[in-house]
Amino acid sequence: MADNRTAELTDEAVVTAPADDDVLADDVLVEEVSIDGMCGVY
Amino acid sequence: MTAEVPPLTERFEHGLAAPICLTWELTYACNLACVHCLSSSGRRDPRELTTAECQAVIGELQRMQVFYVNIGGGEPTVRPDFWALVDYATGHDVGVKFSTNGVRITPAIARELAGRDYVDVQISLDGATPEVNDAVRGRGSYEVALRAMRNLADAGFAGFKISVVMTRHNIGQLEQFKAIADRFGAQLRITRLRPAGRGASVWGQLHPTAGQQRELYDWLVAHGADVLTGDSFFHLSGYGSALPGLGMCGAGRVVCLIDPVGDVYACPFAIHPSFLAGNVRDPGGFAGVWQHSELFRGLRGPQAGGACGSCSAFGTCRGGCMAAKFFTGLPLDGPDPECVKGHGERALASAAAAAPAPSPDHSHRTAPDRREERRPVPVTLSRRPPVTACNANPLAGFVPE
Amino acid sequence: MACAASTEPAERFDLDAPWRLDARVRVRPEAFGALLYHFGTRQLSFLKSPALLEVVRSLAAQPSARAACTAAGVQAGDLLKYAHALQTLAASQMICKRETA
Repeated sequence: MADNRTAELTDEAVVTAPADDDVLADDVLVEEVSIDGMCGVY
Repeated sequence: MTAEVPPLTERFEHGLAAPICLTWELTYACNLACVHCLSSSGRRDPRELTTAECQAVIGELQRMQVFYVNIGGGEPTVRPDFWALVDYATGHDVGVKFSTNGVRITPAIARELAGRDYVDVQISLDGATPEVNDAVRGRGSYEVALRAMRNLADAGFAGFKISVVMTRHNIGQLEQFKAIADRFGAQLRITRLRPAGRGASVWGQLHPTAGQQRELYDWLVAHGADVLTGDSFFHLSGYGSALPGLGMCGAGRVVCLIDPVGDVYACPFAIHPSFLAGNVRDPGGFAGVWQHSELFRGLRGPQAGGACGSCSAFGTCRGGCMAAKFFTGLPLDGPDPECVKGHGERALASAAAAAPAPSPDHSHRTAPDRREERRPVPVTLSRRPPVTACNANPLAGFVPE
Repeated sequence: MACAASTEPAERFDLDAPWRLDARVRVRPEAFGALLYHFGTRQLSFLKSPALLEVVRSLAAQPSARAACTAAGVQAGDLLKYAHALQTLAASQMICKRETA
């Protein structure tokens, strides 16, 4: 990736994650769902 | 437009280690006779699982690492071992949410419950006023429910659930339901009426009109941030942006039902031989059914959109509710009977097959006997279009021969 | 002990701090990774890699999230992706920083 943000990835302890649209959909390792019953009755 | 497969569904093709939302109906016995009961409850089935058998199921759920189980019925609290089973579950790493009409939620019971971690309570209510509620759930049921809510609130049980089945007669009461929930420090939950159980005989008269569906969707988008829906309105997502939730039929993939006699069905709204996957009394127990049932394997494969695959809304509505289609006699690879684009309504008008009768039936035999009312939803072979494009009544234009 | 809602800006994750799972979270391994369920928020999260499951499970025992990633075999080039995932979990209170004595 040759964009400006790579220049910020130094040895700093804090890692700056790129904005969402820079992360490919299939690179996203956590997917959240707010569930409540999922068509269950209760 | 090609509908994209939501990424999550790929995870279900090989099945999950355990259901995410497991419903367990403990008994068919019930002190009420709600007109739309999805399990046609009323009379206890003599083959009910024993206390020991229930404990064995809980042991299995623990080993499978089921997060929590949704317990209902019938009215689960009428089982003498109910409270002991709740404790047994929570003592074995299985959370419990139980649904009740409130009949046994005394102040003392409410105090007990308020002190329990991993136990949640849901009170059923189908009208914000006694008139609307009791027409569906029986005279006096509104007062019983409100009393239970008062007892829970007084005992400091914050955040219990009030669950409402949305019908033609209570869509206009959404704000009042919210007010009741706020009054008791409870959380409002609204769910979809399906033509399941006794619901099949009243669905035509009770299901929301197309206009009301739109009203409901708009309300959820505007005011539904802290309103639970049991993820049951994903069929409305075709109106606009998708509602929060998994957004697909989870039957046999992420949800299933254990019924009072141990039968395992794909979904609580699909209590019918066509969706029977096995029984917990089988040699492999519940785990064996969940993992190896032919029915569930079939449901877990990639599902073709069928007639819906080319619709622009398919990506979010996923063809709607399997049980709603089945019990209105519609093909499972076609539109939901309440399809927001009207495809379901057109399909109902031209469907040739009669809807399957719900089974089994544990309704009370004493007044009122609902057997005469328990006929398949009438569907007529007809080339006449619906009376108006917006008329969701499957009997629209029906002329007796 | 319950996690407070993360006050970190969404773009930053402190890989060198010690982390742990919230006590109300249950983890269930699956073929694709794992399911996490938070009993407080009723939120369900899908962890879509077995390595991420290993990272999450070992957080409390490792001196830092970075160490947990290394121990789970996460390659340097993938660290950013894992940091992003961990920040998602922190934002939904699934994980939080361990209190330092």
